[in-house]
Amino acid sequence: MSIELYRIDDRLIHGQVVVGWGQPLGLRFIVLVDDDVAASDWEQELYRMGVPPSMEVYFHSVAEMSSALQGYRDDARPGMLLVARVETMQELVRQNPEIMRVNVGGVHHAEGRSQRLRYVFLTADEENVLRELQQQRVEVTAQDVPSARPVPLDELLAARQSA
Amino acid sequence: MSESPVVVAVVAGHGRFADGVLSAVDQITGRGNAFVAVSNTGLGPGDLEALIVSALDRTGARVVFTDLPAGSCTMAVRRAQRSRPDIVLVTGANVAVLMEFLFAAEGPLGTPVGGLADVGDMARAAAEKARDTLAVFGG
Repeated sequence: MSIELYRIDDRLIHGQVVVGWGQPLGLRFIVLVDDDVAASDWEQELYRMGVPPSMEVYFHSVAEMSSALQGYRDDARPGMLLVARVETMQELVRQNPEIMRVNVGGVHHAEGRSQRLRYVFLTADEENVLRELQQQRVEVTAQDVPSARPVPLDELLAARQSA
Repeated sequence: MSESPVVVAVVAGHGRFADGVLSAVDQITGRGNAFVAVSNTGLGPGDLEALIVSALDRTGARVVFTDLPAGSCTMAVRRAQRSRPDIVLVTGANVAVLMEFLFAAEGPLGTPVGGLADVGDMARAAAEKARDTLAVFGG
């Protein structure tokens, strides 16, 4: 089982993650990797509040994951690894080349980002990071919910939508 | 919808949840416009929090109803409560709780019957009453 999904979603824990993916995948744990959240008890409590009792949440800084990921990969329970930023996932892949698939689940509007899908806005730098991941043989697709079609990276980056 | 300007709360949720429940409230009570609808569609956490807080500031309401405890609207309101502890959050909202709160916040002629200090108690009372409306028949 181990990690079923490596997801980039700037909302981190929310309905799509806990219910939309959590139910069909039978998720029993979420590994939330974010330096700010890892340093804040208040943030951790906020996200813990969002998950059902049947699901554990583990918080880590990016640096901790170089040694911590394997333990989660060996876990018999199905889990999800969750980050808010494209660059965070890039660093995790650098630390852990065994990550072969990345799901872009939600990166929303911000200064300097262009809309690619309804739920994906990217800066030029973020696009380059995703291209680099693909060049490292990581399969990058955009998919907000399980019932949606996974959009391959090339198609994602070719897409232009009006905001 | 009627023209009364009194807004008692913000309703925030996924997709068109807020529009949907408020259309039901309006059909039943004629006071759907006692609430302001907010959708999380297409919004990141910062923009969503700003939109909800803006709706509260614009209307003077202090109560936010959200659809799902784990939802991004709930998370956004919880974040806003850090700097705005006067905000009251009710999650798991449905038509019943909105109507219970509406009737607690307004008298039969549309006159507010509770002071601002009472909105938390009103919200808790409405949630308790609405909880009892969830029932299963048959099967």
